[in-house]
Amino acid sequence: MHSGLLISHADPRPMYLQIIEQIRHRIAIGDWQAGQELPSIRALAASTQVSVITVKRAYLELERDGVIVTRQGKGSFVAEHADLGLQLHRRQLDQHLAEAARLGHVLGLATPQMVERLEAAIGAHQRRGSSEEIEDE
Amino acid sequence: MSDAVIDLDGVDKKYRFFQLSDVTLRVVPGQIAGFVGPNGAGKSTTIRILMGMIRADRGSVRVLGRSMPREQAAAKWDIGFVSEDMRLHTSATVGWHMRFIASIYPGWDAAYADTLLRRFNLHAEQPVKVLSHGERVKAALLLVLARRPRLLLLDEPTTGLDPVARHEILGELMEVVTDERRAILFSSHNTQDVEQISDQITFIDRGRIIDSSDKETFLDRWRRLHLEVASGSLPPTFPGVVDTVVSGRTAIATTRAFTAELPAAYQRAGVTVRQIQRLTLEEIFVANVMNNRGPQ
Repeated sequence: MHSGLLISHADPRPMYLQIIEQIRHRIAIGDWQAGQELPSIRALAASTQVSVITVKRAYLELERDGVIVTRQGKGSFVAEHADLGLQLHRRQLDQHLAEAARLGHVLGLATPQMVERLEAAIGAHQRRGSSEEIEDE
Repeated sequence: MSDAVIDLDGVDKKYRFFQLSDVTLRVVPGQIAGFVGPNGAGKSTTIRILMGMIRADRGSVRVLGRSMPREQAAAKWDIGFVSEDMRLHTSATVGWHMRFIASIYPGWDAAYADTLLRRFNLHAEQPVKVLSHGERVKAALLLVLARRPRLLLLDEPTTGLDPVARHEILGELMEVVTDERRAILFSSHNTQDVEQISDQITFIDRGRIIDSSDKETFLDRWRRLHLEVASGSLPPTFPGVVDTVVSGRTAIATTRAFTAELPAAYQRAGVTVRQIQRLTLEEIFVANVMNNRGPQ
C-alpha cells in the first residue's frame, strides 16, 4: 500500500515532524477519516524509506496529541475527534490574529498596511521553510 | 539471557599498526543499525569478527545467540554478509550464482529472487564480468536477500553507487525490517543513508566506539546555538557544550546534550540566544570525531 507520504531531505525540519505534519494534513482535508486504520509503523517506514524509530516517534506524538489512537495488537486509527488538535491550532491562530489587530490599532496602521505585513510574514516563513526554531517543539 | 542478534562485549583485536579497543555493540531484532566511521576506523574488522572470519583477542562475540567464531557454521545459515570485495565468479552468470546459492540454502525464495532481478534491473544470463560495480553490489545483495536471513551484515553496501541504485537498495533494506524478527547492521561513511534508514547509530573512530545511541536521540540532543554576548565578554560554558567559537559579539556553541533548559541558562547569564539549529548526522559525526580526538 502506498501511503502518499513523502519525506524530503531538502526540508530542514526533522523527518518525524514532516511525517506528523503530513498525517495531520491528510486528516484535516478528509483524505483519512475518523476511525480509519493507518498503515502500520513498519509498513509506513518501508513505503517512505525512513527508519522505524522515526515513524514510531511520529505515531507516539500524534497519539499523545489525540490525533490517532493505537490499540494494542490491532493497529493505529484516526481518532474520532482527530480535529481537536487542529481546532486548538485554529484557536491559537485566531488569538494571535486578534492580538495583531489590537497592536495594529495601537500603531494606527490601516487595514491594507496590516494585510501587507501579514503577507510579508507569510513570505518570510515560506522562504526559510519554517526552519528557525527558537523554542523546542 | 539476551535476545540481541548482535552482542559484542569488550572486544579487543591488536594488529601491528591498528587495534580495536573495547568494542561493545548490541543490535536487537527489528532494527537497522548504522555503523559509521572514517576509513580505517575498524568497521570492516568489527564486521569480520562478527562473521567469525577473525578471532578477537579478548571479549565476547555473540551473533544470533551463538558464540563466534566457535559456532560460526551454525550461525551462518541465518546471516547474509556482503562486503566490498565480493567473491563472485567473474566468468559465471548471475543465474548460475542464484542456482548455486539456492542449492545450498533451503530458505531460498525463488519468487523473491526473480522480483529482485527485475527491481535491480539485472538479468540472469549476464556474466558477472560484464557487470558494473553497482550491478555487482546489487547482484551480491540479491544473493543474500533472497535467502531471507535473520541478520544482514553489510559492509559499505551503498559506497560507489549511483543515486538510483542507492535508492533501490535502501528500499529493499527497509522491506527487510517489515519483519520485526530480522535485523541489519550496515557500515557506511555515507551519513545521509544512515540518517535516513537507521534506528540505531554507532560511531567508531581509530578502533574505539566513540558514541552510540538511537537515531532520534542523536538528532535531538545535538544543537548549535547562535549567541550574542556583551562586547569584550565570553559566553559561559555549560555541561554538554562541546565547542564554542567566538567572533566579536557573536558566538556559536555546539552541544551534545540539548534541553530547553540550555537557552534559558544562557539568557539568565545575560547572553541572547539568536537561533537554535539542528545538526545533520554528518555534522554530528564530524563534531563527535573532532571532539573525541581532542586538539591535534
